[in-house]
Amino acid sequence: MDTRIKLLRVGVASCGIAAGAEAVQTKLRECAGDVPVIGVGCLGCCYAEPMVEAVLEDGSGILYGNVTPDDVPGILELGEAKRFEVPPLRGQKQLIKVLALAGRVDPTNFDDYIAHGGYEGLKNALRMTPEEVVNEMKLSGLRGRGGGGFPTGNKWSFLAAKQAEEKILICNADEGDPGAFMDRSLMESVPHQVLEGMLIAAYATGATKLFIYCRAEYPLAIKHLKIAIAQIYEHRLNVIAGRELEIIIKEGAGAFVCGEETALIASLEGKRGTPRFRPPFPTDSGYKGAPTMINNVETYGNVPLILREGGAEFAKIGTAGSKGTKLFALAGDLKYPGLVEVPMGTTLGEIVFDMGGADRDAVKAVQTGGPSGGCIPVELFDTPVDYDSLRSLGAIMGSGGMIVIGKDRCMVETARYFLDFTHRESCGKCTFCRVGTTRMFETLERIVAGKGVPEDLDFLEDLGKKIKAGSLCGLGQTAPNPVLATLRYFRNEYEEHVRDHRCAALQCNALVELKLNRDQCVKCRQCIRVCPVGAVSDDFVIDPAKCTRCNSCMDSCPKHAIKRVTKEI
Amino acid sequence: MDEKFSFLTKVDRDSSNLIKGLQLVQAAEGYVSDDGLRAVAEYFAMPAVEVEGVVSFYAQFKRVKPGRHKISVCDGTACHIKGAAQVLEWMRQELGIDSGETTADGNFSLETVACLGCCSLAPVMSVDGKVFGKLDRKKMVKILKEYAD
Repeated sequence: MDTRIKLLRVGVASCGIAAGAEAVQTKLRECAGDVPVIGVGCLGCCYAEPMVEAVLEDGSGILYGNVTPDDVPGILELGEAKRFEVPPLRGQKQLIKVLALAGRVDPTNFDDYIAHGGYEGLKNALRMTPEEVVNEMKLSGLRGRGGGGFPTGNKWSFLAAKQAEEKILICNADEGDPGAFMDRSLMESVPHQVLEGMLIAAYATGATKLFIYCRAEYPLAIKHLKIAIAQIYEHRLNVIAGRELEIIIKEGAGAFVCGEETALIASLEGKRGTPRFRPPFPTDSGYKGAPTMINNVETYGNVPLILREGGAEFAKIGTAGSKGTKLFALAGDLKYPGLVEVPMGTTLGEIVFDMGGADRDAVKAVQTGGPSGGCIPVELFDTPVDYDSLRSLGAIMGSGGMIVIGKDRCMVETARYFLDFTHRESCGKCTFCRVGTTRMFETLERIVAGKGVPEDLDFLEDLGKKIKAGSLCGLGQTAPNPVLATLRYFRNEYEEHVRDHRCAALQCNALVELKLNRDQCVKCRQCIRVCPVGAVSDDFVIDPAKCTRCNSCMDSCPKHAIKRVTKEI
Repeated sequence: MDEKFSFLTKVDRDSSNLIKGLQLVQAAEGYVSDDGLRAVAEYFAMPAVEVEGVVSFYAQFKRVKPGRHKISVCDGTACHIKGAAQVLEWMRQELGIDSGETTADGNFSLETVACLGCCSLAPVMSVDGKVFGKLDRKKMVKILKEYAD
């Protein structure tokens, strides 16, 4: 084996940078001599950032994780320290297709993308007629990855059938679900793949103006997209079938509701991002009245694969109603948070336990679909992940955020948190959503504060159903889901809060106090020192009236003598 | 139009660029001042009240002058589960301000954001755009000290 290093890759997507990858990259450049050091995107194992891959002359690679600048000399000698292996079960069960180039190619280098088969899909598409491309999409069975799950090929055929002077294509990159970062990762790591998908869609549908509506909180994604767009212009790839396409990035300004397509269009037009009635659907009348089609980042990311391997081949993976692979962002109470890509139909248990490394005995539920989704209890983890199965459980696939909730979390508090988010993000147009979500939130606030009454539960259920029925857009129609799902699967926790004023998870501060066990205490006074409010007396008694339950004393106690306990009433 | 806002001419005078124009004003001033708002309204030939309507709709736009350093505490799902409320409470104790406020010395302003997209490092905050992950109280206090004047 040739053990000389040919190339060094450093993961410098947002999560890598946050973990300190830039310092590692600088140090590598200083020390690596002639060996090229390139910044690449995300490898999906966010928990091990910063990550470095040493690529050897024979093409094989050695991964290093949790790297600091001090580890650089060891890596250059291919030392054993800090070597990293993808957890075996994650490696086995993943099926990496959409993310195949993430962490492999330099996102800012056009030639690198081309060298890895980039724009082959577009070339194939241009050899076909637009109708054939649309048919290929239909054949693939791809459904919208933004959460709606609408068949992509059908959507394309609607726009293609329109006769209009100007048709608009929009890439929805307003990934607003807390806990979701699939789209960010894809845009940062392989921006050309998303753009290639858009160019193919433009050819198939006859669109000439292409917008990418990206949230402003993703500066690196925007930067990489801008570089990639300049390269597309430079190589004249934006000239398709004799038409010159315009590609424009628009930054959002922080409004969750703008992920909804009619709200997104209003925002693009420079207006308040409020949704409107459909019909007319955007493909009939969208941006400034022109026929408009909106697809999500991950949807576009799938398109080049379909045109490269063919729709029939693509459709071989997945379940009857959901084809291909899906990206999931794993976060919360698990060992290996990060990004995974799995075939549709993989079970929740496989994703959470086998790939996420979550402890089987410590998991209570998983929240799919962010604040619009619902939590699914661990008893139902053999459910296959596809659009239809999740919906039948009262959750949704959403865009692919998955938050693992451990047994030590309170489900009422979790529901309160989601409603806090949605009631603030409600645009205010529909009364049920604007006022209803606020009332639900206030009720949940009361319950976690220990002031709930048993009637609150029926009230929440009743109001939740009415909000779903009385709201115009997806935000309102799904906002009650986290409450309704927790009421369905974890009603006992609600009952405990309103009846016994007790939080079994010891999470709701109003129902908890901190107690010091004198038998374990060694009188080191650490707790007295760290308490920000002077609640610990000189004889080591915690005053519950002063204590803010900030856990500082508990975290600093070397003997673990301080614990959260149920508050005496 | 006020000279100070002549950079607005960088964008086309099309109402679809209104948000972009406001973003430029905020980038220059750190917030959208009354003068900035009026300049945008004038440039796009729109009533100021309509511009105010757009400004107030989007969470990104601030109408209050921010501190020299901007702290954003992430309260996305993963961070929330990992104790974002605790981080905010520590901030309250250390800086004496709540989310949306600026310290009396004008050094820090504090806000909560929905998600910084670094969920695997939760809990996370950013100071002037630089992200700090896996926070505990000690780490947070140390970071605040680094940015103190």
